[in-house]
Amino acid sequence: MNPNLKVNIGKLNLKNPVLVASGTFGYAEEFKDFIDLKKLGAIVTKTITLNPRKGNPPPRTCETPAGMLNSIGLENPGIEGFLKEKLPFLKKLGVPIIVSIASEGGQEEFITLAKRLDKIKEISAIELNISCPNIKESARLISQDAKTTYKVVKAARSVTRKTLITKLSPNVTDIAEIALAAERAGSDAVSLVNTLAGMSINVKTGKPKIAAIAGGLSGPAIRPVAVRMVWEVYQKIKIPVIGMGGIIDTESALEFLIAGASAVSIGTANFINPRSTAEIISGLRDYIIQNKISDINELVGSLRV
Amino acid sequence: MFQVNARLLYNKRIKKNCHEMALSAPQIAKSALPGQFINIKVTDGLEPLLRRPFSIHQIYRQDGIKILYEAIGKGSKALARRKSGESLDVIGPLGNGFKLGRGPGAGGRRHVLVAGGMGTAPLVFLAERLAEAKNQKPKTKTLVLLGARTKDDILCEKEFKELGCEVRIATDDGSRGFKGYVSELLKDELNAIRYPLSAIYACGPTPMLKEISRISQEYDIPAQISLEAHMACGIGACMGCVIKTARNALRATEYEYKRVCKEGPVFEASRVIWD
Ligand SMILES: Cc1cc2nc3c(=O)[nH]c(=O)nc-3n(C[C@H](O)[C@H](O)[C@H](O)COP(=O)(O)OP(=O)(O)OC[C@H]3O[C@@H](n4cnc5c(N)ncnc54)[C@H](O)[C@@H]3O)c2cc1C
Ligand SMILES: Cc1cc2nc3c(=O)[nH]c(=O)nc-3n(C[C@H](O)[C@H](O)[C@H](O)COP(=O)(O)O)c2cc1C
Ligand code: FES
Repeated sequence: MNPNLKVNIGKLNLKNPVLVASGTFGYAEEFKDFIDLKKLGAIVTKTITLNPRKGNPPPRTCETPAGMLNSIGLENPGIEGFLKEKLPFLKKLGVPIIVSIASEGGQEEFITLAKRLDKIKEISAIELNISCPNIKESARLISQDAKTTYKVVKAARSVTRKTLITKLSPNVTDIAEIALAAERAGSDAVSLVNTLAGMSINVKTGKPKIAAIAGGLSGPAIRPVAVRMVWEVYQKIKIPVIGMGGIIDTESALEFLIAGASAVSIGTANFINPRSTAEIISGLRDYIIQNKISDINELVGSLRV
Repeated sequence: MFQVNARLLYNKRIKKNCHEMALSAPQIAKSALPGQFINIKVTDGLEPLLRRPFSIHQIYRQDGIKILYEAIGKGSKALARRKSGESLDVIGPLGNGFKLGRGPGAGGRRHVLVAGGMGTAPLVFLAERLAEAKNQKPKTKTLVLLGARTKDDILCEKEFKELGCEVRIATDDGSRGFKGYVSELLKDELNAIRYPLSAIYACGPTPMLKEISRISQEYDIPAQISLEAHMACGIGACMGCVIKTARNALRATEYEYKRVCKEGPVFEASRVIWD
């Protein structure tokens, strides 16, 4: 039996449902010694902004129980730097490239970025990072408000025909409401979750463990929260969900698929075991063969209640 | 870079909470350079979650690598409990090590190695390679300055001596050698040395490295220093381990962040910006 692992996300046809989470895979080159990058379902880049960003002062990371906090602050070479220095390597892989973008200057910057990327044929999709807790020019994240989410997604939608994915924050009261707003504005899929706002203190010094004081929590510690949110969103919207948050092995990837994710992204696990993605892809294949499932899409949202 | 299941050859306490471990990792051993490090998954489970970085201390019988480590927290204490015969998931060799025979000061005849506490670990490997290079440049000499809290904390004195290095000691409490910080001892030594100096190579606590950078400027001697930062990935992917460096040696106000795990851990002291 040759089971089907292919999934569709908007116009994207992925050979398997395993992606990498933005910001945890660099621009892929860092992983070339560890896995065959061609095997990935898709690669999501570190979020890029219009202008280069230096990011936050160190220390930027610390470990927490079964997780970690980060406050990188979207350090990135800016769109032109990305296209010149990072895209040439990615292009050669023949894997769908999803470019994650964020704005430091409202909706206009999303439009500029989306227009620029729309012209580049090797880029398969755009992920709107409206949920990064580490750049907060205003008191709120875009994805903490359904109306603003709608406006931003709509604006990006109006300038690109590429597959558009909206990345949501778990730091909200009702994530399904935000997902619905993204869907109505024309998003082809939603990605969830970004990191949970968190903080950790060194009690010997009385100082926060990361310089930014608070940061984003990721890793297995957030998995149950993320699975619940995927389930919640899956029931309310029709567009596909890309699930993430603490996936480290095949079993945890399956949890997300069963909860309603059409695809999964591997994040923090890449730091712990850079071969995680490859191991999960073969693990999923083994699982569906053993369980006589002919198509992985049958698993999506198959939660038995 | 390799990710290997390395067999633990031995793991022993050498003094106080300081341990030495040897791992069989032929690919890493063959390509490692002094100053590079490995990143170890110390347990199989989720605690601790992240890998722990350790400098390559020595190459062990060609196919192995040794680390010298202090059991201070969760990860390093768990490492101290691992038994020979077990296997550990290890990534390495990582980062950029010390530059030998290249860069500023390469022509000099005297190398000065300055070690503070556990910072001794990578300098033994460096001293080995300097001793090997001595065949080409027989007149070069290596002076090692070892800093420790007390006489009981001094590490690797014998190893350095066996490699033909001159060794001087500084202890915080004066229980052996110079009383005071090893950076103060460095100043005394620099005042006394008459040879054309090659370079200073240093590893140790951050305040010590900061002081050595200052001294290297004062005496106009290039210094290579090995820095530490909290690391999530160790392979350049997360952008978590950065330090501030001068973009341009002349205009120190223009800074850029560099990754300790990728561009480092060894940096030219003159480029590091200390806040
Ligand atoms: C490139 C590099 C090379 C290193 N080489 C050696 C070596 O040869 N021998 C050795 O004993 N140690 C070395 N270290 C430090 C070693 O990685 C830390 O001591 C270790 O990670 C602590 O883990 P833990 O779980 O035992 O401590 P934790 O419980 O995590 O913390 C205990 C203390 O260690 C500090 N710490 C935690 N992680 C790091 C880190 N990555 N870097 C610095 N301090 C940290 C914490 O802030 C805390 O004060 C190196 C670090 C780096 C970055
Ligand atoms: C170090 C680090 C950097 C991250 N950077 C980004 C980023 O640039 N853009 C983004 O959308 N998400 C970013 N994230 C969030 C991840 O993509 C992911 O949503 C989150 O970590 C949850 O998944 P995980 O638990 O599997 O890591 C980052 C996460 C980490 C740990
Ligand atoms: S530890 Fe991740 S980039 Fe250095």
